[in-house]
Amino acid sequence: MERMLNAIVAIVFGVGLMLLYFYGSNWLLDRLLPDQGLVNGVFQSREKQRERIRPWLFVGPALVILGVYLVYPAVQTLFLSFFDSDGEAFVGLANYERALGDSRFVESIGNNILWLIFVPTFSVIFGLVIAVLADRVSWGNIAKSLIFMPMAISFVGASVIWKFVYAINPDIGLLNAIYTGGGNESIDVLQIPFWNSFFLMLILVWIQTGFAMVLLSAALRGVPEETLEAARIDGANEVQTFFRIMVPQIMGTIFVVWTTIVITVLKVFDIVLAMTNGNWNTQVMANLMFDQMFRAFDTGYASFLALVIMVAVVPIMVVNIRRMNREEAMR
Amino acid sequence: MSVRMEKVGDTSMQLPLVNMSPGALLARLALLLIVVLWTIPTFGLFISSFRDKDLLAVSGWWTALSVTERGEAARTGTDEDQVEENGAWFIRGEVFPAGEKEVQAFGIRSTEPETWAPGESADLGDGMTLTVQADGRYELRSPVEFDMNRGRRIYFRAAVPPKFTLSNYEEILDTEGVDQAFINTFTVTIPATIIPIAIAAFAAYAFSWTEFPGRQLLFAVVVGLLVVPLQMSLIPLLRMYNQVSHILPFFEAKSYPGIWLAHAGFGLPLAIFLLRNYIAGLPKEIIESARIDGASHFQTFTRLILPLSMPALASFAIFQFLWVWNDLLVALVFLSKDPDQIVMTSQLRELLGSRGDNWEILTSSAFVSILVPLIVFFALQRYFVRGLLAGSVKGG
Repeated sequence: MERMLNAIVAIVFGVGLMLLYFYGSNWLLDRLLPDQGLVNGVFQSREKQRERIRPWLFVGPALVILGVYLVYPAVQTLFLSFFDSDGEAFVGLANYERALGDSRFVESIGNNILWLIFVPTFSVIFGLVIAVLADRVSWGNIAKSLIFMPMAISFVGASVIWKFVYAINPDIGLLNAIYTGGGNESIDVLQIPFWNSFFLMLILVWIQTGFAMVLLSAALRGVPEETLEAARIDGANEVQTFFRIMVPQIMGTIFVVWTTIVITVLKVFDIVLAMTNGNWNTQVMANLMFDQMFRAFDTGYASFLALVIMVAVVPIMVVNIRRMNREEAMR
Repeated sequence: MSVRMEKVGDTSMQLPLVNMSPGALLARLALLLIVVLWTIPTFGLFISSFRDKDLLAVSGWWTALSVTERGEAARTGTDEDQVEENGAWFIRGEVFPAGEKEVQAFGIRSTEPETWAPGESADLGDGMTLTVQADGRYELRSPVEFDMNRGRRIYFRAAVPPKFTLSNYEEILDTEGVDQAFINTFTVTIPATIIPIAIAAFAAYAFSWTEFPGRQLLFAVVVGLLVVPLQMSLIPLLRMYNQVSHILPFFEAKSYPGIWLAHAGFGLPLAIFLLRNYIAGLPKEIIESARIDGASHFQTFTRLILPLSMPALASFAIFQFLWVWNDLLVALVFLSKDPDQIVMTSQLRELLGSRGDNWEILTSSAFVSILVPLIVFFALQRYFVRGLLAGSVKGG
């Protein structure tokens, strides 16, 4: 009970302080620059002056927070990537050179490329198939809800769920129950060289398919019925209609889904940390960075790794933001 | 956003169920198969979390409704427990509380636990016999007085009926600190949702409907910040928090206000971007007439813009709430793992590491942690989808 009370006090305190700022600063502005009433028979309003200052009261907190939490750290990280593990001494390109010879780094890049190829591909394929199928049955919405549900679950929660599928004990792990049912010795799928990464990717595919499905399903409904009708009249079967008429028309959405999942993949961290912690050659960039930051305490190298993630993310984000802006303009 | 989400949730196109073609039937079966495959992992965890912890490790959750058989062992009483009846000595007792299980066979060697059927008399030599009943009662009989200070081993195979229990949940709430972590998560999530929304809404209004020098440029910078991944911020912020906590004695490097502001910072670019698009699209006439009536920008914002922007605010709120609730990385960086600060995701990861074999703790903890997002998901699915789509470009 007392803990609950502490939490409520903290929440009220945090939210209240922020609201107090907005109300207080506006109240103060009205007090400091009041209307001066009738001066020489003319009503003197200082509204104009006040309204010149007020926008800054509105954007002020946002600009300060963005400056402190994004702009300054991003620049600082760039600098720190040229510094040693304590962030004290300038070491030039040493971190960059070190990466080239670091087997963990090379392994992470390799794994990240695998993730980048397979996770978006399978998420989109599954999402598209489910979207098409679900539109044809009366219980399609229930099906979609169930497929979409993993999106609500945290990556750590999803990892626990899949721990129960992958567990070595065939009385816990469903996969090994099936595998040993065929007369085999039970295996730890997370330790199979090379393929273990795919078992981790499967978790992310499981989560992201719902996302792909929802967007693609909406796009499919935007496909004009006449184009489908025309194809059928021309004798195209269902499969031909799907590949030649529907897919080309939703290519834009497929691209959006693809790039969005690519960004998620580039930053995936929780799943690897929770399932293997990068052991058995499953390391990825974001987890390696976390590892360098919190276990090796190597500020310089971790900063370099953050920079690598940033460099990978930026081009895709730029494309996505351009597209969003274009669509906003068209609205 | 690119896709009109209003369409999600509409009833789908109905095809006549009669005269189903083989293709249509195949499509249905395929969809059913996919849905089952997708649901099984979560369902398995859900079932497991209600199973008795002793059963959990010896039989799969898919057998939860069937009787489980397993080998067990027990010890009889010692010579202190013996009673004399009609010239023979007896030691009586039970190998488990009556009614809990059913003995299917028993033996006296671990390698041969199924030598005798329940109710049979096992000859142990020297005229000594052992009988174990199906309900677990045993009787050790000897023609001479027992002289043993350790009981005899009984090995048996027991059939355990299905048993569902809330004890896994009771256990984690009582001893594993999950209840505290649950409260902590709320303490992080609620302000980390409200603070960025309020700040972003004020900024979005200023960017849309007020004039100040540098307005366009500053907004472009905010949008540009969408590309900065969260990882870029962590190391300098960590250093900054540590330095400030050395200078200012009242400022802790790991604190709730610290993580609120961090989440606010990481959520702001997207929040401002989305809310500005929405607020700038509100009808010009309404805002101008309010201004002509003498309302200041502050009054216009609080009395007019905020109520009108509720749909956009709600969508972003849901997204941010779930994002913060499900976050692990930011929590690991900005909060300690002490009981008064650890959040659910972090706690879950700790349990995965330290109690990886205590499956019953994992099941129930995981379910408690995903409970809130699932409630939000099923209750507000439509808004949830909208918020999620809107938030899918979040840089962090």
